[in-house]
Amino acid sequence: MSTAASRATTEIPAAVRLDQVTKRFAPGGPAVLDRIDLTIAPGEFVCLLGASGCGKSTLLNIVAGLEPASSGTVQVAGSLQLGGNAALMFQEPALLPWLTARRNVELALRLRGVPRSERRDRADELLELVHLGGAGDKAVHELSGGMRQRVALARSLAQERDVLLMDEPFAALDAITRDLLHDELERIWLATGRTVVFITHNVREAVRLGQRVLLMSSRPGRIVREWTVEVHGQRRIEAPEVAALAMEITDHLRQEIRRHAL
Amino acid sequence: MPSETTQPSETTTAPALTMNDVRSLEAGLDALQTAPGTTTRRRSVWPVLAPLLATALLIGAWQLFVLAGIKPTYIVPSPLDVLHQAVEAWGRGDIQQALVTSLERGIVGFAVAVLVATPIGILVARVRWVRLSFGPIITGLQVLPSVAWVPAAILWFGLTDTTAYFVILMGAIPSIINGLVAGVDQVPPLFRRVGQVLGANPWEAVRHIILPAALPGYLAGLKQGWAFSWRSLMAAEIIAVGGKIGFGLGSMLQQGREIQDMSVVLVAILLILAVGIGVELLVFAPLERRLLRRRGLAAETSR
Ligand SMILES: Nc1ncnc2c1ncn2[C@@H]1O[C@H](COP(=O)(O)OP(=O)(O)OP(=O)(O)O)[C@@H](O)[C@H]1O
Ligand SMILES: [Mg+2]
Repeated sequence: MSTAASRATTEIPAAVRLDQVTKRFAPGGPAVLDRIDLTIAPGEFVCLLGASGCGKSTLLNIVAGLEPASSGTVQVAGSLQLGGNAALMFQEPALLPWLTARRNVELALRLRGVPRSERRDRADELLELVHLGGAGDKAVHELSGGMRQRVALARSLAQERDVLLMDEPFAALDAITRDLLHDELERIWLATGRTVVFITHNVREAVRLGQRVLLMSSRPGRIVREWTVEVHGQRRIEAPEVAALAMEITDHLRQEIRRHAL
Repeated sequence: MPSETTQPSETTTAPALTMNDVRSLEAGLDALQTAPGTTTRRRSVWPVLAPLLATALLIGAWQLFVLAGIKPTYIVPSPLDVLHQAVEAWGRGDIQQALVTSLERGIVGFAVAVLVATPIGILVARVRWVRLSFGPIITGLQVLPSVAWVPAAILWFGLTDTTAYFVILMGAIPSIINGLVAGVDQVPPLFRRVGQVLGANPWEAVRHIILPAALPGYLAGLKQGWAFSWRSLMAAEIIAVGGKIGFGLGSMLQQGREIQDMSVVLVAILLILAVGIGVELLVFAPLERRLLRRRGLAAETSR
């Protein structure tokens, strides 16, 4: 863990920093998250893996400020998370069906205080960034699942937050569309320098995208292991080294799950 | 914390996709997954024709009943008698006056009801203690037939237009409030979280997320509110005749009764009915259709 440790001590504030974060949904109930420490450097792409129900979404919601931690502190971009200072992309596109694609993006800009005169152009730029330049006037129900997810991505980019949290954003998509969105996301990440925290069930997806892959245990949720993925140049999900590391991580994930059978 | 590092590698077996490949693949997928063009909706004449035929059928049955001579025509006048009466009343200007008076009251009263009920509805839906304390009372008021307010209104306001407006408000406001509350309750929690994530303050959340999402329920409440206010207006006009109160459709109904002219009564009933149907067809139905279509919720009406 040499790299992460040295990162934590540099003077640049971490993009996300969790200190002893514990979460119980009922007072005195089981700890869903148990004393989690996590530091994510600016510009890092981190994938969070774990069995179903281990608390990944809970962790992300706490970082997003949607849910309070029971104890511990959460800092985003150097200040305490009080809500609204990280962009979040949900598993569902969560677009507002009464607005067009462009208006969905514009709403994010508007709520950030971008003046009306700039919103339209800015929204078009963002739609262009996700290769949906021509679909701005389409109603949400006229878009395919992959297109909706791209509009949702454009909307979360419109929030102009340094930290982008993604909760299984591509889980509901077919493999080809998902591959494509991996390429898109990687390109946008490289172009914008955002810090990305990406949750997934899919080990290969995690290895395909992440610079760092974290494995969470279940009940209580802790971060039990982590891998640094160092692949230079373009990574494909079919690449053998992706497959090899994915296999190793899957073994650990299985062990983690089996622990609960005993 | 254990940690491993994979060996650096440059080789990928599958040939890397170039930017252009990605774009064209994406464009292909987008094209495949979206509906090809807009399906031309063939306009059917049946939605218009069928109700007209049914109406003709009912009038025919009515005429047959009159021809059978079961009741004398001063009790059941024929459709033609009623038509004559309508033409005469139109000539005197009675129909125009009654229509304008009642519609004006209905529309103004309803508009005021919307203005009053909407902020109250938002408060009831969003503020816990307001809902706890006033929610049941509003539901009770919604169930209470607003005709019940007519005697009280006459005692308070006399035979004036205020009486008519008061009864309309009491009929419409509870329905609109409850419709809005039901609409807000049905807003998917995901949309609220979207508002939170996008950094909306409480007012912005209501304005940009909650209200638009609640629109279908709100519209249903408006529709019911209109129905209630129109009904109670007619009742008020029947009961409160004379004084300074203007001559409306309900007054026409009451007048027909007083002069014992069944055809006047029937003209008034048919007019009241026509206004009800007209408002539904010209105002609420198109609004509803637009709302559903824009959200992709409209049932496929082709064929
Ligand atoms: N609002 C809540 N109240 C009570 N318990 C909750 C609540 N939300 C989540 N939990 C519990 O917390 C645990 C973690 O849930 P969470 O949704 O974070 O899991 P997850 O890792 O995201 O799972 P998945 O991969 O299925 O999305 C689960 O056991 C769940 O039952
Ligand atoms: Mg989850």
